[in-house]
Amino acid sequence: MSVKSKIFSAMKQIAEEQKVTLPPLEDDLSLNETGFDSLAFAILVARLEDELGIDPFTVAEDAAFPSTLGEFVRAYENVPA
Amino acid sequence: MFPPDIIALRQYLGAGPKDRTISDARHSVSLTDMIQHSCLAGGPSELSGRSVLLATSGQLLSALAMIELDGIARRMLLCPPDLDWDCLQVLLERADIDTIVTDRPLHRSSAGKYVVIGVDLPERRAMGSEVDRTTEWLMLTSGTSGLPKIVRHTLDGLSGAIIAEGPARHRNATWTTFYDIRRYGGLQIFLRAVIGGGSMVLSEPGEAIAAHVARLRAGGVTHISGTPSHWRKLLMSGASANFSPDYVRLSGEIADQAVLDGLARAFPRASIGHAYASTEAGVGFSVDDGREGFPAHLIGQNHAGVEMKVVDGSLRIRSRRTARAYVGADAPPLADTEGFVDTGDMVELRGERYHFVGRRGGIINIGGLKVHPEEVEAVINRHASVQMSRARSRRSPITGAIVVADVILTNGTNAERHERIRTEILGQCKDCLAAWKVPAVIRFVERLDVTAAGKLARTDA
Repeated sequence: MSVKSKIFSAMKQIAEEQKVTLPPLEDDLSLNETGFDSLAFAILVARLEDELGIDPFTVAEDAAFPSTLGEFVRAYENVPA
Repeated sequence: MFPPDIIALRQYLGAGPKDRTISDARHSVSLTDMIQHSCLAGGPSELSGRSVLLATSGQLLSALAMIELDGIARRMLLCPPDLDWDCLQVLLERADIDTIVTDRPLHRSSAGKYVVIGVDLPERRAMGSEVDRTTEWLMLTSGTSGLPKIVRHTLDGLSGAIIAEGPARHRNATWTTFYDIRRYGGLQIFLRAVIGGGSMVLSEPGEAIAAHVARLRAGGVTHISGTPSHWRKLLMSGASANFSPDYVRLSGEIADQAVLDGLARAFPRASIGHAYASTEAGVGFSVDDGREGFPAHLIGQNHAGVEMKVVDGSLRIRSRRTARAYVGADAPPLADTEGFVDTGDMVELRGERYHFVGRRGGIINIGGLKVHPEEVEAVINRHASVQMSRARSRRSPITGAIVVADVILTNGTNAERHERIRTEILGQCKDCLAAWKVPAVIRFVERLDVTAAGKLARTDA
C-alpha cells in the first residue's frame, strides 16, 4: 500500500470514529474542508507515526504545516524513511 | 513537654492472643516474646535519645526494631529498600541522624561518623527500657523524581485512624500487605496488626505471586491491603483462586469501579474497603460501600477528627493524623496557615459523591484542554477484556500533546479479537469522555511497570 493510500485509509477510519463526513479526497482539497479539527489531525499524525515510523511535522523544526491534502501527503512522501 | 500518657508501640504487644507472630518467607517471630527480648545488639537502652536510621535488609528486622525503639529513641528514620547510598547520605544530614541500626556492612564513607548498632532476630533476653519520650517517626515521600522529602510523624498521628475505628474491630486478624512496611501504606498495616492485637505476614521482594499467595494462605492471612495496581496484578495472575480473606483493602491509588467489582467477584466473602491516605496527609477516610469515590458529606465536616475541604479542585485535609512537618533546614511548610495539607489529589463532585480524577501534576494538556490520565484509565478499565491500563501524554505537533493508552488485556484474549476490542474501548471512551480525552492511539501491551511504592509508573507525571 502506498503512503498516500495509508494516509487516506487512516483518515477514513478517524472520520468514522469522529462522525465526520469526508469530502472526496483530492490533492487540492484544503485541509480546512476535510471537516477534521485540530484534534482529528493530531490523532492522524500520531497514528501515521506509528504506522509509517515518521512524523514529518516534528522532525523539521521549521516545518510549515501544509494547507492542502496534497501537501500533507507530500510531507510524508518526502521524508526519507 | 511530653504528654504524661505516652503509649509506645510495644505496650500493645500484650494485647490479643498469646500466639501472635510476625513473619516473612524465612522466619517467624513471636510478638508476645518481644516484650522480654531484644533484637538490638546491646539492648534498647543504648539507643535512648538517639536519632536513628533503620536500614535493614528485610522488613522483619525493621518491624522488630520499630517496636523496640518507639518511646526510646529521639527519632527513627525508616529507610525503604530501594534507596541508594548517595541519596541516603544527604537525607541523614538533613534528619540529623547519629546512629544507624543495620544488619548489613556499612558503606565505608560512613565509618566513624555514626554509632552503628547491629540488629538480628530477638534471641537475647533483655529488659525493655523505660518509655520516656514521644519518638518522632521519619518517613520518606514516595515521589517519582528527585530526592524524597522527609516527613515527621508521631505514633499518635500514625495510629489515629486505627484507634478511631476501634482496634478491636478486627480482633485476631492476621494482616498482610503488598506494600513494604517502611512506606506509609505498609506501615499502616503493620500498626494495625500490632495495635489491634493481631499477627502479620510480610511481603518478600521478588517473590512470585503464586508462591506469595500460597504463603499468605499458609500463614492464615485474613486481612490484606494493597494498591489497585497490586490488586490488578493479583487478579490477572489467577493466583487468587484458593485465597479467601475476610477483609480486602485498597489505598495509594484511585480505586476505580472496575477493580472494586473485580475484587468483589474474586472474594465474594470479603468485605472490601478503599482508603484514602498519603505520607503527608495521613489517613483521611475509608469507604466500605463497594463504590468508587466517596460520599460528599465527608467534605466540610469533622469526621472522627478529620476535616476535609476542596479548594481549586484539590482535596485538603486537616487532622492529627497528618505528618507534623517536613524535616530539614529549609524544608517547606507541610500545611497551610490553618493546618490543612494540600494533597494534590484532584476531585470532582458528581451527584452525591466525590470522585478522584488524578494528580494535579499529572494533567495532560491537549491544546489547552486538560485531562487526568486516571479518568481515562477508569473508563478503559470498565471493558470486560481489560485487566489494567495506563493513559499517558504523547507529544503532538498539532495540539502539543494527545492522550494515548497502553492496555493489558485479560489472560487468554484471542489476538483476533484485538481490533474489535480496540473499537469497543474507543466507543466506551467516546460515550463517557469529552472528545479530547479519548485516546488517539490504543496499544496492547504485555506489562505495565509498577513503582516500588506499588503505584502505576507514570513517566510523564
